[in-house]
Amino acid sequence: MQGNRVIGEAAIRAGCRFYAGYPITPQNELTEYMADNMRRAKGGIFIQAESEIAAINMVLGASAAGARAMTSSSSPGISLKQEGISSLAADELPAVIVNIMRGGPGLGNILPSQGDYFQATRGGGHGDYRTIVLAPASVQELADLTMDAFELADRYRNPVIILADGMMGQMMEPVEFHAPPPRRYPECYVLKGMGQGKSKFIRALILDAIRMEEHNWKLYRKYQVIAQKEVRCETFWTDDAEILIVAYGTAARIAKGAIKRSRELGLPVGLIRPITLWPFPTQVLQGFAARVDDFLVFEMNTGQMLEDVQLALGNTARIQFYGRPGGVIPTPAELAKVIAYQLRKK
Amino acid sequence: MKNIFSRPKSLKKAAFHYCAGCGHSITHRLIAEAIDELGIQDRAIGIPPAGCAVIAYNYFDVDMLEAPHGRGCAVATGMKRVLPDRIIFSYQGDGDLAAIGTAETMHAANRGENITVIFINNAVYGMTGGQMAPTTLLGQVSTTTPPGRSALLDGHPIHLSEILGQLPGTRYIERCAVNSPANITRAKRAIKKAFKCQMDGAGFSLVEILSQCPTNWKMTPVNACRWVTETMAKEFPLGVIKDLKAQAPTS
Amino acid sequence: MIKKTIFAGFGGQGVLMMGYIYAHAAMNEGFHVTYLPSYGVEVRGGTANCTVAVSDEEIASPIASEPDHLVVMNKPSLFTFQNRVAPGGDIFLNSSIIDARPTRKDVQIHAVPVGDLAERLGNPQVLNIVMMGAFIRKTGLLPPEAFLKGLKHILGERKKAAMEINRKAFAAGYELQT
Repeated sequence: MQGNRVIGEAAIRAGCRFYAGYPITPQNELTEYMADNMRRAKGGIFIQAESEIAAINMVLGASAAGARAMTSSSSPGISLKQEGISSLAADELPAVIVNIMRGGPGLGNILPSQGDYFQATRGGGHGDYRTIVLAPASVQELADLTMDAFELADRYRNPVIILADGMMGQMMEPVEFHAPPPRRYPECYVLKGMGQGKSKFIRALILDAIRMEEHNWKLYRKYQVIAQKEVRCETFWTDDAEILIVAYGTAARIAKGAIKRSRELGLPVGLIRPITLWPFPTQVLQGFAARVDDFLVFEMNTGQMLEDVQLALGNTARIQFYGRPGGVIPTPAELAKVIAYQLRKK
Repeated sequence: MKNIFSRPKSLKKAAFHYCAGCGHSITHRLIAEAIDELGIQDRAIGIPPAGCAVIAYNYFDVDMLEAPHGRGCAVATGMKRVLPDRIIFSYQGDGDLAAIGTAETMHAANRGENITVIFINNAVYGMTGGQMAPTTLLGQVSTTTPPGRSALLDGHPIHLSEILGQLPGTRYIERCAVNSPANITRAKRAIKKAFKCQMDGAGFSLVEILSQCPTNWKMTPVNACRWVTETMAKEFPLGVIKDLKAQAPTS
Repeated sequence: MIKKTIFAGFGGQGVLMMGYIYAHAAMNEGFHVTYLPSYGVEVRGGTANCTVAVSDEEIASPIASEPDHLVVMNKPSLFTFQNRVAPGGDIFLNSSIIDARPTRKDVQIHAVPVGDLAERLGNPQVLNIVMMGAFIRKTGLLPPEAFLKGLKHILGERKKAAMEINRKAFAAGYELQT
């Protein structure tokens, strides 16, 4: 199945019952899949919104009403959604937002890119908040992480971003869908009309500075818990590696190809692949730095995750960077040359 | 002894923070009375805007979800689709509804979302301190149109209710005012009718309220009330803009 | 073992479909597969291409920097991709409309007159399936039955009638001596 459609199917199986979106390449197949298949799901709602801004705000309304809700877009559209994502974070409402990244800045192009790393991992919108960011590197992982995203969003009542790119969205690979666990979440916040009880409200406006500060610290403590508990990371051929590539998503996929080639030539290279970009696997990297001196950060941008690697390792290791921004898809052969060069330099 | 006047059940026991003579307080009360009389307090959900009414959740004793500026109709759409048997209303000002949220408003109306919009038109941005609104009258002085609104530079006051009335998705639209006892009675009837329209599943309903803002108009409350009739209602005539008697759409 | 193939040609020649059926058939034979299409503006009547990787182990990268096989249906695609093919690889070309030949000596070249063969069958639309007949025969990775099964599955019930002409087209390519 194609990556974009897999996200849609996984979301429906995970109990997503509300989807609003606006067409943008390269994620249209996901919107179309939802239009076609939401009807299948009992109580499933699909709306083609008039803009990405409207779509994320519809998600906000649906989420406050208790539905598992999702929207998707690609880079320029995700910029428009930031107002809503910030509100969701402030309101502590769960939602899943899919970003099938394309080349930028501005309208850019429609080719795969990883230029939205900063935006995704630093909150993205205004204010002091974070979103959980999942970076799948295969179609199977698109399915698994989409299901996990709904679970995480509910558990922490926080928006979760699935950060993939045009290549992940367009690629087809075989996929198996596992059965998701039944939804468990605290319904205490859901607005359904006060019924016989007391009225509730959800708001992001807190005019009193002290109470606003309290709310910020409360969110901060939640993010600390997420940072401790939810880090995910894959390692590949790291046992005897003398140089470690750090890459995620499509770039990690390319890196694996490059590592296989390099290993055939006897070059000792391995991969650390962050699956959660926020929280970032800082401690995993620090663990490796005790043994490995050289790290090569590889991204399809001009060096964004690079800064997280530098923050994690400081001066404890040599950090090199190789990147291709703007929608260029680097090849494994190209990266293998970079690896060989770095190892020769040692 | 017979109790003939009391606080509506759907209003919390809190004093309004609004300025003396402001139309918000009156409109809040009318909405609460309508909710009480229709017996929908248990299933009404309100969506306050950004603007002076942003903390309406402190006043209404119903569930409320604050929307980002201008997005009331999109948020209401999401809620109503998930909870079709609840009564969802957004409460939006002229800047919220007719400037930054025009797209969300137009398209929710055009989809015929079965929601109710209370549209407060006071021809000015109130909370931010009296800047030009999309509904500011020609020649009207605001902090961003110091010499008065010029058609050439600032454009014309927008008649969003009339525009919405042309969309096949809208069911009931009326413009009212809250500057006199007679107008207040009419406004309440309109608000009640709009809720009733939603309860019948008939589609998009909107009540525009010409609401006095003495503070930013720099008038006494009495003069402000007079200005609504003598000046504002000339630009924005009161009355029913659209009222479809047809059956609820079936498909 | 991993074999990567690039299929390329004009939009409308069924280029993406060739790769899709091939990937689908390989998946049903138990291989790991990836299918990566080009998308967006360039598929609207311009050129189209897709990359299919077939392997007996997990596929690290779905991108083919040095494809083992190249299938080109028009001349621009031949010029774009011919130098990427791995030494010892194969180039399948639509000789009905490509008059040029690759200059490389280290690859096998299979000129398949798919346009003429499809014309002879009375349906120029099936030229992509004619090409797949020749491709499956020469590459030998999949048995012909597996490909036809995949094709049948993708056509589905709705286009059942189209299966017969496609079967003939496949046979025409498969039996061709080049």
